[in-house]
Amino acid sequence: MGSGLLDEDTAAALPEGRRLEGRGVPWRERLFQLGLWASLAVGVVFLASLLVYVVVEAWPRLDLRILTHFPDIIDPSNAGAQSAVMGTIWVIAFTALYCLPTGILTAIYLEEYADPHRWYNRVVEINIQNLAAVPSIVYGILGLGIIARGMGFGQTVLTASLTLSLLVLPTVIIAAREAIRAVPQSIREASLALGATRWQTIRRQVLPAAVPGMATGSILALSRAIGEAAPLLLLGGLAFITFNPSGLDSPFTVLPIQIFNWISQSRAEFISLASAAIVVLLVILLAMNSLAIWLRNHYSHRW
Amino acid sequence: MTDATDRPDPVEGTDPAPHEAATATPARARPAATAPDRPADSRTPRVAFRDARPPSGVPVFEVGGVSVFYGDHEAVRDVNMTIENRQITAMIGPSGCGKSTMIRCFNRMNDLIPTARVTGKIRYHNEDLYGRDVDPIEVRRRIGMVFQKPNPFPKSVYDNIAYGPRVGGFKGNLDDLVEETLTHAALWDEVKAGLKRSALALSGGQQQRLCIARTIAVKPEVILMDEPCSALDPIATAKIEDLMEHLAQEFTIIVVTHNMQQAARVSHRTAFFTSDIDEAGVRHGRLVEYDETARIFSNPSDQRTEDYISGRFG
Amino acid sequence: MTGPRRRERAAAGSSGFLKRSQPRHGEKVVMVLLAAASLVSVLTTVGIVIALIPPAAEFFQKVSFGDFITGTEWSPLFKPPHFGVLPLVTATLMVTVIALLVAVPLGLGAAVYLSEYARPRVRSVFKPVLEVLAGIPTVVYGFFALKAVTPLLQDIWPGDDGPQVFNALSAGFVMGIMIIPTVASLSEDAMSAVPQDLRDGAFALGSSRMQVSTKVVFPAALSGIVAAVVLGISRAIGETMIVAVAAGGRPNLSFDPLEGMQTMTAFIAAAGIGDLPTGSTGYQTIFAVGSLLFVMTLVMNLVSIRLVRRYREVYE
Repeated sequence: MGSGLLDEDTAAALPEGRRLEGRGVPWRERLFQLGLWASLAVGVVFLASLLVYVVVEAWPRLDLRILTHFPDIIDPSNAGAQSAVMGTIWVIAFTALYCLPTGILTAIYLEEYADPHRWYNRVVEINIQNLAAVPSIVYGILGLGIIARGMGFGQTVLTASLTLSLLVLPTVIIAAREAIRAVPQSIREASLALGATRWQTIRRQVLPAAVPGMATGSILALSRAIGEAAPLLLLGGLAFITFNPSGLDSPFTVLPIQIFNWISQSRAEFISLASAAIVVLLVILLAMNSLAIWLRNHYSHRW
Repeated sequence: MTDATDRPDPVEGTDPAPHEAATATPARARPAATAPDRPADSRTPRVAFRDARPPSGVPVFEVGGVSVFYGDHEAVRDVNMTIENRQITAMIGPSGCGKSTMIRCFNRMNDLIPTARVTGKIRYHNEDLYGRDVDPIEVRRRIGMVFQKPNPFPKSVYDNIAYGPRVGGFKGNLDDLVEETLTHAALWDEVKAGLKRSALALSGGQQQRLCIARTIAVKPEVILMDEPCSALDPIATAKIEDLMEHLAQEFTIIVVTHNMQQAARVSHRTAFFTSDIDEAGVRHGRLVEYDETARIFSNPSDQRTEDYISGRFG
Repeated sequence: MTGPRRRERAAAGSSGFLKRSQPRHGEKVVMVLLAAASLVSVLTTVGIVIALIPPAAEFFQKVSFGDFITGTEWSPLFKPPHFGVLPLVTATLMVTVIALLVAVPLGLGAAVYLSEYARPRVRSVFKPVLEVLAGIPTVVYGFFALKAVTPLLQDIWPGDDGPQVFNALSAGFVMGIMIIPTVASLSEDAMSAVPQDLRDGAFALGSSRMQVSTKVVFPAALSGIVAAVVLGISRAIGETMIVAVAAGGRPNLSFDPLEGMQTMTAFIAAAGIGDLPTGSTGYQTIFAVGSLLFVMTLVMNLVSIRLVRRYREVYE
């Protein structure tokens, strides 16, 4: 019983004189497909025009001054966003320090230890899914009411990074869980069958295999934090800052806040300045995303 | 019906029991495969592995009234059997008869499924395997397991072998242990040039033999094999079977297989499982018959066994 | 070398040889540490609630809840102040509806295209585009809405009374584009989860690709698609920067999308910028409006989570 039998069958099944060409694709089909294609095209066109617009607007100011000079209300033609760039770096570094370990440990707990049938683990689960969709400004309220004023940390780098780390924590957890889940169960079984303990299995097999996925997800989560302005607005981050942060207790500004600040000014020079800062922000995000994609492709496991 | 432990075991290396008209090739019709692939100039001291099989009759596992539940569903019902030292015991039967579930009870892999529950007694050298103080980690260091699909770690060949000893706190010369283990698993010549290469680069059959080698590296007493050849081609399968026969001099092996010929070729004793449907319409796995392999395949005492091995069912 | 480690039957004689050979306290410590880490996310929710409730409760001692929820004038910093939240709520809903009018058809169209039509190569081009759209900071969207979309609308608007400088229309439109990736990726997940057998069955009966998409895949994935839309609503309600930049800062009870209006989120942001003293009524309004916002999005999120769970249960 080889393919020959099958061929005969197929041949026999074709009724003679019956055309298979059909009448071409009906116009409704074509219209439908065109509509679908157009939905994607709108996004692409929008993205392209946004990028072109920003670069064109930024062109007069797109030089090193944006990185080397500080904001200047009186003389926008000579102002820059150095304090905002440095502020972004400071805030994101500490955000990463707080949220990555917490998020990854939570993900390990939920994937490797938690019994999903227990009510408290279900609560944790639903809670994380909800937190992922809580508006960022609500995290700002949390930062304002509890961290800045309640705990007395004030309008500092510390408050900002704690607030942002709570904001992106659900994203980190979800990404890390996906990376852990991608490690096949057979690897865990093999390790346990050799007499490894649960933690040995996690540390020596699961985590090494999940690291690339976790790194990718973490970078994407942090790039979301970099672009966030709303929660930091509430922390009074709009204060006019013309110096770089010097520590966790230092006042700060970040790029999105500085951009918002400049957008609110009416003089045309500020619009160029805002556009130039947007270009800087987008370049940083692009670099982080490229790194994430490179990690994903370069270290992806085949099982 | 199932228990046959009082019967003396066939003597090692002799012809199979003289059952005429065997339906399948008896297991030991081939010349005894003693280390078929062992290199002549084995540099490794072979002290660790003895050549002769001791007299049998020493029970390793005594299974009494074991049932396995997944949640409320009783997947396997009331199994009784005794598994003896340095024998290959095959577990055969149609899909869904609970043989894989059963084999996972012997090293407590079922613990990993939150809803799974084992009732009845499994004694391992007179020790209750599911006793209160028993540590599943200790159990698995004595009772190793090889899985259906080759599942080497995404690491080097060397690290795959060294993993078990490392997590077990091995304090000796790992290089020696790796070489000795690979030699014993008849894999040394094939991989010695590429110990640092990824195990995933090996062929499927080599991967599975690596998994077996990995298991014996922790020096267990028992090796459980859950359909170890089902993902392999016939040539790779033959190599694994040779290896199993060779290892049976040293280890007690329990193998689940779909392949009746395989059970007939390699095993000393065979347990036939099937599933029946009770009054409530629920399916349960059952041990139907457990006997010397030669007898199961030539003169089974249960009609269902005969139907299965003669291909009328399953 | 192997002698002492060999687990021989010698051990078998003595009872208890399967007991733990060395204590493993580390395992317990690790587990406790991991569970503690997972508590942080629970504490975050608790923290949000604790941050919101006391100041909001103080606020509602001064202003009755009825006046708050039905009042049509919002001017908390004027004298005399008015605390009717309706203008903020209608502005939020206005912008949200405009955003959904953009995001739902385009997002679903994109999802159907990617799930049912696109070849792998096409997918590998378009999916990153959606990811980039999702990754652009919202303040950048706001900037684009204010400086590019609004002037464009004013230019092409037929008649004299075009959109104002700040208006709900361009904020809503740009927000809709921003939400496309949310709607598209979640509903594409749901459509991809529909078993191939269902499609094959329909194709085998001579259905066209459009019929399979609309009559088989779409209904089968409906709960996931609804979940995607609900999550999109939640994001639209909670989005701050676009409306703060482009929709204006004037509370305005109006249903004219060409006018400027202040949403709930834009108000919270504006009040936050004001750096009001703790305990003042102005400060407390942040928490009163924030509580309302939190409850609205919470309901949406829980509905969405439940719907996603349902389709996962069916197909996974």
